[in-house]
Amino acid sequence: MTDVWMGVPWAVILIVLPLAAAMTAFVWPRISQLLVLGCSLVIVLAVTGLALQLWYHGVFHHALGGWGAPLGIELYADGLSLVLLAATGLVGAGVSVYASAYFSVEEKRRFWPIWLFLLAALNALFLSADLFNLYVTLELMGLAAVALTALPGSRDALAGAARYLFVSLLGSLAYLLGVALLYHAFGSLDIAVLAERLRPVPAAWVALGLMSAGLLLKTALFPLHFWLPPAHSSAPSPVSAVLSALVIKASLYILLRLWIMLFGPFAGDGVAAFLGLLGVAAILWGSVQALRQTRLKLLVAYSTVAQIGYLFLAFPLATVASWNATMVLLLSHALAKSAMFLAAGNFLNFGGHDRIADLDHIVQRLPLSAFAFALAGVSLMGLPPSGGFIGKWLLLEAALVQGRWDLAAVMLLGGLLTAAYVFKVLGKSFTQADVACTYQPKEIPARMQWVALILACGAILLGFGGTPLLPLLEIGVPFDGSGP
Amino acid sequence: MNWQVWLPLLVVLSSLLPGLIIFVLPENRVGLRTVLNISGAIAKLFLVGWMLWGVAEGHHFEARLALLPDIELVLRADPLALLFVTLSAVLWLLTTMYAIGYLEGSPHRSRFFGFFSLCVTAATGVALSGNLLTFLVFYELLTLTTYPLVVHRGTEMARQAGQSYLIYTLAGGALLLLGTVWLYTLTGTLEFTEHGFLHELDTAHHPSLIIIFILLIAGMGVKAALVPLHGWLPKAMIAPAPVSALLHAVAVVKAGAFGIVRVVYDVYGVEFAQMLNLLTPLAIAASVTIIWGSLRALFQDDLKKRLAYSTVSQVSYIALGVALFGPIGTIGGLVHLVHQGIMKITLFFCAGNYAEKLGIHRISQMNGTGRRMPLTTIAFSVAALGMMGAPLTAGAVSKAWLMDGATAANMPWVVWVLWASSLLNAAYFLPILWRSWFLSQPYAWPNDHPPIRQWREAPWLLLLPPLVTGTAILVAGVFATFEMSPLAWAQLITDREYFRGVP
Repeated sequence: MTDVWMGVPWAVILIVLPLAAAMTAFVWPRISQLLVLGCSLVIVLAVTGLALQLWYHGVFHHALGGWGAPLGIELYADGLSLVLLAATGLVGAGVSVYASAYFSVEEKRRFWPIWLFLLAALNALFLSADLFNLYVTLELMGLAAVALTALPGSRDALAGAARYLFVSLLGSLAYLLGVALLYHAFGSLDIAVLAERLRPVPAAWVALGLMSAGLLLKTALFPLHFWLPPAHSSAPSPVSAVLSALVIKASLYILLRLWIMLFGPFAGDGVAAFLGLLGVAAILWGSVQALRQTRLKLLVAYSTVAQIGYLFLAFPLATVASWNATMVLLLSHALAKSAMFLAAGNFLNFGGHDRIADLDHIVQRLPLSAFAFALAGVSLMGLPPSGGFIGKWLLLEAALVQGRWDLAAVMLLGGLLTAAYVFKVLGKSFTQADVACTYQPKEIPARMQWVALILACGAILLGFGGTPLLPLLEIGVPFDGSGP
Repeated sequence: MNWQVWLPLLVVLSSLLPGLIIFVLPENRVGLRTVLNISGAIAKLFLVGWMLWGVAEGHHFEARLALLPDIELVLRADPLALLFVTLSAVLWLLTTMYAIGYLEGSPHRSRFFGFFSLCVTAATGVALSGNLLTFLVFYELLTLTTYPLVVHRGTEMARQAGQSYLIYTLAGGALLLLGTVWLYTLTGTLEFTEHGFLHELDTAHHPSLIIIFILLIAGMGVKAALVPLHGWLPKAMIAPAPVSALLHAVAVVKAGAFGIVRVVYDVYGVEFAQMLNLLTPLAIAASVTIIWGSLRALFQDDLKKRLAYSTVSQVSYIALGVALFGPIGTIGGLVHLVHQGIMKITLFFCAGNYAEKLGIHRISQMNGTGRRMPLTTIAFSVAALGMMGAPLTAGAVSKAWLMDGATAANMPWVVWVLWASSLLNAAYFLPILWRSWFLSQPYAWPNDHPPIRQWREAPWLLLLPPLVTGTAILVAGVFATFEMSPLAWAQLITDREYFRGVP
């Protein structure tokens, strides 16, 4: 049994299955829902299988069709990939179930194929090993994400999608330009080979600058975050959840890989400090903006801007402990933020609006969603017991060990600001609205409520999962400079 | 896994599980909810009794769960933990009964009792924490679970009270987190140890340790309502009476005071804290709080607000006792942890009865309540006299030990603080007693509920708890010297801290 389990090429399944399912769903829409739900389940299983393989055999290398680098496509998985694949699997499954109740039949016809396509692109991205494949998957993912934002077809949605498309293309174009420059100058796309050959010549600097700028734009790090709040808040709620939880993490993943293998040793402390500074600014600016919002989905979107900032605090710290902390924060943010967007979507559907001041006893009318929102908020604030707490604890420890009091202060302040905007929503959800609501509240399917709650509980339970998670992260020692 | 591991876990679970089940109960399942509540409370009481017996027999109760590769959640039943956990278990049973009576027929009771149980779970966790991280986890959990209780009524006032509660407590929590992580980077351990675990650190770290002490005490001081961190407590009075009782006597304020005790004794160690000259500033902060709280109480006409300021003052007796270097003061502080709990909860039960049955919220409305609600007023009077430190009550015992402790620690000014506080206590409690016993009843009460059942003044669920705790005040005062009294237990704890295995 174990042999069968260990022998299956789970990594290949992770890419091929959603891709095949996407095409099937496109030509045969009637079974698409069943297909998506089954596919989501298999993805979760496949990630588990891959985790077991990594646990027992170490890092995973696979040359598709027997063609190795530099010509063929190589798959690579270590602890870092695994965390992101796990986030994709869990959030993806949750969103699939949620979407099955959220969209109308007509909308679903269009949603399912693109959604499966996005899942395939994400999985492929997290399993790619060289610069060009990373580009291809990044572009595919971006296009699928844009298509999902445009799904409602309304004027607002199309305008938002067009802006998002522009940013997304600009980001990947800058990245591609950098890749081309590197290839021209050093004759390789393999990260490890490049790491050896990289010399401080102008071409290298320009390439790194372009690639970083493109990736930072796609990750929406302050001050390149301008596009995120409108795009993430105007999208349909399940799409908002995926955009905030997974899509921006993909470009961050590439940046992280490149930073540790290539850029970090090359660029030095100055750039790292600068990235850390941007992270600090993101935390403060995003939180303050979130606090000022009167619309719930915009608040949650600005919260994403702030939380991305936390993920950049590790750059100036640059220890294994701080990278580990970042990964825990990333995973718990993925779970918590998707739960929060889904809960916000329930509020929005229920009352027909997302004005925070008029939430009007929502805590009594949609207790499960309100509870989900609160639990997700707890994790974002970094209060125990939650994944957010574990991540924050590790990061705080790493900062204090290095005497970085400024970063520690920002982390604590950011937590308090997060609490301020989360409880702004929760407080209003207990009270009565000033203006009586004329809108007839809409029934929210139980499925949509439970999915939000389960994802939020996942973020909380992650608080007890530190012991298995950290050793998994160490597989292939992704943060010590060994990688694909 | 054997029963010594399971017992502390079960004590925590005995309120957690009923709480979680209650959340999903429909609103109209009153009977089932009551059964769950009461059976959880009784089970907890039984389990705590078992642990008390076990610890007295010399058994060791400890449960561990790894949270991170080198940090564990630890639940441990040492004598100090048992002092607090016994208090909260007993008072929880009474408060639950009271809350069931108090909220009869009001909306959203499933939510209320769910969070009520979670709140006690957190308080139990705080009590049983075996290291500072576990303490921090449950301490923050306590903040989160009390918030829905404070805003339970859903009015704009309640929302603002909740907001101010959170601003104070979450900021305090952030300081506590910073202090804890900092301490961990210095020592690599957070395990509560008798005589503390810091005295072996290099002297180069002493300035850091002083700042950490301030951070930790400030973090605890928010919940313990040390002046100037007490602002949230009077505002939180907007919550229903059982919640006030819970905040003041069972959980929140007590958790803060208990945390101060833990930091001084089991993190720093009292000798080491004295060596760093940390105890005198703490004593001064506590004294300022005692006087300031009493002064503010004097000028409140709202009964619950006066009681709230009285809590601000009385809880700091605990911190004061801890800060008096020497076993006698320690005993006074620890025993007051229990005594203040039973006295203050009695007062809040009674205040709730006045509000519920007669619509009385202000002291100026209390004329003649003694004749209308004699049993409630007797309980109220006993508790008020206890607060003043009248003979034969629990309050007298704490005050006597504190005063002796101050003399023994060679801090005569503390004796004056205590006397001044007693005078002020008398000045704000005696007028209430005078009004209720000796002034005549008004023409009409603000909002009179005519007696509906055989109990003349209030339903038995509302009357029994204050009578029980009122009796307990007298028992703890009269039989203080008996074995298994709070005083004897406090002596046992102090004995271990000062005289066993001196470092």
